[in-house]
Amino acid sequence: MNMNSNNTRVENPKRGASHLLGVFSRKPWIWAFLAAGATYLATLVVVSTSAGAGSLLYAALTFASFSIIVGVGQMFVVTLGPGNVDLSIPATMTLAATLSLKFMASDPTMIVPGLLIAIGVGLACGLFNFALIMLLRIPPIIATLSASFLFQSLAIWSNRGLRIKPPASLADFATGGTFGLPNAAWVALLVSVLAWCVLEKTIAGRWISASGQNTRAARLGGVPVNAVRFGVYVGCAVLAGLAGFVLASFSGGANLNMGTEYMLMSIAVVVIGGSSIAGGNSNVPGIWGAALFMFLIVSMLNSYGLGAGVRLMLTGLIIVSVVVLASKRGRKV
Amino acid sequence: MNRDHLRILLPVLSLGILLAAVFYMQPRAMSYFGLNLLFNLAVPVALATIAQMMILMVNDIDLSIGTFVSFCACVTATFVQTDPLIGYGILFAAILVYAGMGAIIYARGLPAIVVTLGMSFFWSGMAVLVLPSPGGSAPDWLRTLMTAKTPFLPVAIIAPIVIAVVMHYFIKRSSLGVLLRGVGGNEQAIERSGWSVMGLKAFAYGVAALFCVLSGMALVGLATSADANIALRYTLLSIAGVILGGGEFTGGRVSPIGAVIGALTLTLAASFLSFLHLSPDWQIGAQGAILIIVLAVRLVFTRREALI
Amino acid sequence: MVENQNVIGTEEVPIITLGDAGVSFGPVQALKGACLSIMAGECIGVVGHNGAGKSTLVNVINGRLTPTSGDVSYDGAQSVADFRNAQRARESGIRSVFQELSLCPNLTVLENYRIPYRNMPIKGWRKNAASAVLASLDAVFPDHGIDPYSVVADLPIADRQMVEIAIAFARRDIDARLVILDEPTSSLDGAIADQLLAYIKKFCASGGSIIFISHMMGEIFDVASRIVVLKDGTIIENDAAQNFTRDGLVDAMGHVAPDDQTRGADTKRRDFGDEVLRMENGLNACQGEVVGLAGLAGHGQAEALAKCFLERTSDWSASRNPAVVFVAGDRSRDGVMPLWSIMRNLTLQTLVEFSRTFLVDRKAEQNIARTWHEKIGIKTDDLNNPILSLSGGNQQKVLFSRALASSAPIVIMDDPMRGVDVGTKKEVYRMIRSEAEKGRTFLWYSTETDEILECDRVFVFRDSEITAELKGDEITEENMLRASFEMQEAGE
Repeated sequence: MNMNSNNTRVENPKRGASHLLGVFSRKPWIWAFLAAGATYLATLVVVSTSAGAGSLLYAALTFASFSIIVGVGQMFVVTLGPGNVDLSIPATMTLAATLSLKFMASDPTMIVPGLLIAIGVGLACGLFNFALIMLLRIPPIIATLSASFLFQSLAIWSNRGLRIKPPASLADFATGGTFGLPNAAWVALLVSVLAWCVLEKTIAGRWISASGQNTRAARLGGVPVNAVRFGVYVGCAVLAGLAGFVLASFSGGANLNMGTEYMLMSIAVVVIGGSSIAGGNSNVPGIWGAALFMFLIVSMLNSYGLGAGVRLMLTGLIIVSVVVLASKRGRKV
Repeated sequence: MNRDHLRILLPVLSLGILLAAVFYMQPRAMSYFGLNLLFNLAVPVALATIAQMMILMVNDIDLSIGTFVSFCACVTATFVQTDPLIGYGILFAAILVYAGMGAIIYARGLPAIVVTLGMSFFWSGMAVLVLPSPGGSAPDWLRTLMTAKTPFLPVAIIAPIVIAVVMHYFIKRSSLGVLLRGVGGNEQAIERSGWSVMGLKAFAYGVAALFCVLSGMALVGLATSADANIALRYTLLSIAGVILGGGEFTGGRVSPIGAVIGALTLTLAASFLSFLHLSPDWQIGAQGAILIIVLAVRLVFTRREALI
Repeated sequence: MVENQNVIGTEEVPIITLGDAGVSFGPVQALKGACLSIMAGECIGVVGHNGAGKSTLVNVINGRLTPTSGDVSYDGAQSVADFRNAQRARESGIRSVFQELSLCPNLTVLENYRIPYRNMPIKGWRKNAASAVLASLDAVFPDHGIDPYSVVADLPIADRQMVEIAIAFARRDIDARLVILDEPTSSLDGAIADQLLAYIKKFCASGGSIIFISHMMGEIFDVASRIVVLKDGTIIENDAAQNFTRDGLVDAMGHVAPDDQTRGADTKRRDFGDEVLRMENGLNACQGEVVGLAGLAGHGQAEALAKCFLERTSDWSASRNPAVVFVAGDRSRDGVMPLWSIMRNLTLQTLVEFSRTFLVDRKAEQNIARTWHEKIGIKTDDLNNPILSLSGGNQQKVLFSRALASSAPIVIMDDPMRGVDVGTKKEVYRMIRSEAEKGRTFLWYSTETDEILECDRVFVFRDSEITAELKGDEITEENMLRASFEMQEAGE
């Protein structure tokens, strides 16, 4: 919806400030990065040592990666338009992590099959979600919500309270870094680049965007809308499975609450990152900015000695105000 | 016998069958105390379900009910108990915030899912601020009310019946209820007749908030203390309850009696599963499965209706 | 009729007076200088072709639209041009029954009575409402058999329309004095329609007024004491009903003979290929033919086209050789992708056709866009500009290019010329002609007569059915109007 203003051309590039503003409003993801940067600096006031600054950034990138991976999946779903949200992401993450870790049983030779299991679980969860949406014609929110109950029960049942450690080499990989960046961030980067290519370069990307802007018009324009929905829901679940796998490897095992915070987080990063909740408009770089921002704001509030309560409140207020500000003025007819 | 009656038949049947199965397996449950135990937590769930019904009635959905009920419970266990005036003031302000949220959602054409999801962060933050660690205590009158030894039937049965009847008269019989359901059925027809849809939506949200407040208070009365996560499951339970009770996601087709029956069924299902010695692992899953099965059964019914 | 004449003659205050009222939506003048006053006891029949301004006129009278020029006065009161006309109309006892059903399907019949009734006494309202609706139903439709306690969604469509009409006539605190009926008999069968017509006469005889819009000539002549003919937003005739004949009315509605008969005779005698399309309702088309779908708007043409398109394409896959393509007329609902650039909008349909792989072939995309940019003359210097920066007519050109760039042998056009200027229209007609000569088939639904005159063969729709198939010289405005309007006596 905000693309109208995004695309308006700046008439007079010489006027510096307004030009800058024009560039910013055309690229909404800049705001997420600015917010992240500001939060970072505000935190540094308290942390103050240069070592602290580096490690804060490193930690931010590490933890943001998990939000980014699920956020990219959620972004595809949200792009499909109003009413499309995947609420089964946390359950899918937990289930994929639990089953794959159980299968690997800390055996380093089983890493690749373990990864495949995680992805396979995501695939199955996505298929189940889509079947509920298509065959039973349940609204996506309720379909993914009730499916998530089942996934969660499956995870509890298969886990039985045991905490199986990931294979040592996998754990080392997940917690380690390459070229100064955490490996988890590399995974997130890979996912993001792929997602960006899909959206910008492929026919499928065009179709997703078209379906999100106006499903009826897309169908009349020759877009196979059901296939698009199928791909998006399954893809989102696969990414959730992948995120669960990486997160469990990072944190030394799967646990039943590992996905909980990602239900809200995945939606928050999409909304704050500048993707339109009205559909059709997705924004991969914005997810990075938003994910970093969401982590940094927690650490900022922590370093200021403010508790979880204020953090949650602020998060909620930020999401609501971003949605209100991004909405079209007045009521759509 | 119209479609509304047909719609209420399914929840009544499912509750009846479930109840019969429980009595068959555990005949001792067929007593005053047994019923009290079975339906122990039915009152807050029923209240939360009515709240969700108010929102679904105007074609929105509320994903913040769980955290909002938790917040209300925390306020009840702290301020209402120590400084009643401030406590009720906070709860009243929260109701106004809810009504305002409804107005904004309508005025700006926002997706209710995202706004309520964002608000759920807000309420859980507030809850943590009010009650950082589990604790607090229930006001004495509330405790007495919730555990009163009423003649013949326990409070856990009487209260839902009262809620269902009162709400039935408000939603299905009063002239204001007609307008509220009309918003869900055909917003334009309401607007065309000169009513303020924004006002009606705000009112529906406000009533929903009132029921959340009552739900939180009832929960504290039963549990005697609160914590910030006490009612997180209510978001899902309340949606499931409304749907189980014959309500629909759009079109203003809701039934307060059905919603309360749905809430009772879900409460009973939890007890039933524990009777089956089904491991508690499966309880959440069973709730999801019940929801899916009900929707699937309903699809078969509506298909048949469409054919006729 | 005779009694009605007497009422008109008396010097009463009109219920409503339009003084030179005009309504414009942007550059479009939907209603121009309308002067009309309605006395108690009159039944005004309103007729006019698509886009003549019938619904605008009605909406000005019931206060939902405030005229942008001129004034409206209720009960002779001083008129004020503000936004409270809807309330004034309600207080003068003006009520409307709209063509699209405006009941709440989830409520019962009596509950629907409550919605337009603003100041309803609360005490015992259900009982009162039930008896009021029932009384009104009994009065208008004797032997209706509708239970006021039944839910509207459970009722068949004819019953719903009866309920809606009955609610409009039902007693309230302010009694109905002028009831606007927009195609009230569209879902009613003959006998029930007759009951309504009889009631309308009774209502007018007792001093009420009616505005009656219908495509059934018989009904109009049966009930109307006065007939208003609209054309192009102007009231062109306003006279007592007995001064009209059916044929005269059709002539009055029609356009003046088109000033340029540019259609070459050769196009008419062209031979067409094999039949490439046939639908259940009898619609068919041959290769290279331009088939028109005519009739009043909302009589099932758009649905037939959508069905035709959806049956021949898939929800699950896109074909490199699509069988049909679609040109939308309702751009914002069916066509334009509002967030996209002109180029992306233009190439949506043909993505799979010009790209060899799953990647979008940018070069081919630009070539196609550039070709059509020149060919159809889209007014922009940069195809990367957002589609919404274009005027409506140019957006429409983009949608045309989207479809014509495809290799599909059949092109479906759903009233694609709305809001398009004359120059563009001529260009598009030419393009359609030349594409048809190359062997493409066009299905063209249009609400504008001169577009239908461009077609080789025309199907006229009424009540979702084909009532006439016109060929060659039979394709005239008069024939179309005759087929669109029910010329029979009401109820026969």
